[in-house]
Amino acid sequence: MTDILLSLLILTGAAFTFIGSLGLARLRDFYTRLHGPTKATTLGVGCLLIASALYFSVRDEGISLHEVLVTLFLFITAPVSAHLLAKAALHLRVKSLAAVPRQRGEPHEPAE
Amino acid sequence: MRRLLPHPLLTLTLALLWLLLVNELSAGHLVLGAVLGWLIPFVTSPFWPERIRIRHLPTLLHYLGILIVDIVRGSFHVARLILRGPAHLRPAFVEVPLALRTDLAISLLANTISLTPGTVSAQLSGDRRTLIVHTLDTGDTDALVAEIKQRYESPLRKIFETGDESC
Repeated sequence: MTDILLSLLILTGAAFTFIGSLGLARLRDFYTRLHGPTKATTLGVGCLLIASALYFSVRDEGISLHEVLVTLFLFITAPVSAHLLAKAALHLRVKSLAAVPRQRGEPHEPAE
Repeated sequence: MRRLLPHPLLTLTLALLWLLLVNELSAGHLVLGAVLGWLIPFVTSPFWPERIRIRHLPTLLHYLGILIVDIVRGSFHVARLILRGPAHLRPAFVEVPLALRTDLAISLLANTISLTPGTVSAQLSGDRRTLIVHTLDTGDTDALVAEIKQRYESPLRKIFETGDESC
């Protein structure tokens, strides 16, 4: 029973991680590519971590909660890195499919 | 009291973090966690000028619930968009005017936006009044801004800034 649940979780996790990476390869500009790794992959890794917590809780005595920490740190760091990447891209004026907003609060510099 | 225990919430968080890190609940680690939880905020208090106060706990718990649901929902949404192919996407930048004023609340909002359906926060304007958000697929930017403000910003404002007075 646990085996089936574990396999389901691992498969779901792997599928989401794969789709996230697929997005990275398939989408057409920098900003849309950012979306794959920040979201689909978050749930993918989340599923894998739940599977890990379950497995070690069932196998050993006592529950394993290491994974909660991994999830926590992941949820804190993934959006921060995505934000910084997007910010840097805006600053460098990377090619975008969407209209880039005029930047307020920053010195105006001519595009190269 | 304030000088001895500058950040009670941080103390509690660090102690809990320690227990999770060693993955073991015993008297020794409880004491060690408590000591670390007290020592670290004490030593680093000059780096934490803002005092964090949670003004409305039920809203915080409700908010966390919404967040988890939205992360799952968002992942499915993005997965579907990726599989459908890039030709159908309507990416856009939207500007969200902020009502939040504290740094912590703004960072949490930006964090939330990046974790939820089809949006990544891209930049905070220099005057901290607008947040530029990139969205993967949207037909109606005004509705998106309204949803962000209503679904995430107003609870955050209630939790960290206004408390019970207004929302």
